[in-house]
Amino acid sequence: MAMSAAEIERLIKAAFPEAQVVIMDLAGDGDHFGARVICETFRGKSRVQQHQMVYAALQGHMGGTLHALALETATPA
Amino acid sequence: MTDPTRARIEGLIAGSDVLLFMKGVPAAPQCGFSGALVQILARLDVPFDSVDVLADFAVREGIKAYSNWPTLPQLYVKGEFVGGCDIVREMFHSGELAALLNAKGVVGAQS
Repeated sequence: MAMSAAEIERLIKAAFPEAQVVIMDLAGDGDHFGARVICETFRGKSRVQQHQMVYAALQGHMGGTLHALALETATPA
Repeated sequence: MTDPTRARIEGLIAGSDVLLFMKGVPAAPQCGFSGALVQILARLDVPFDSVDVLADFAVREGIKAYSNWPTLPQLYVKGEFVGGCDIVREMFHSGELAALLNAKGVVGAQS
């Protein structure tokens, strides 16, 4: 069963409690999501590392029950 | 991932300046994300090699463990993992991808 936006947000916030997390249902089909994660923890890390941190928070769902997640990560301004 | 698969992946990556692990082949991508990266490389006029992971299940799973990246496509430049669709697209639009290719001496990269 596909993951819900709420579940994605919960997992990311559990790993990054102080992050700003916005989840978007891109196709309206509950299977193609976008996520913007803004967090101080990302500072000094490459984009690949930042995305790997978010994928780790998703506990193996990425590429499985979570088919597609357009991910955007950043540090607070 | 078995050692032979790891060795095969390392050989593939070492053997190409620009290598795209994708679903399908450049002329017929089997996934929108893979197709997007083929188009980006074409627009930058970058010669590249590709691996159709749909034809090679061991590499399809092995490459995810190899790069600690759970999805495909995956782009490698001079042996280094650059990113998946999101990151490469972002780098393309910001000009970072062309700059990286030029810095790595990849022939033909248009800025």
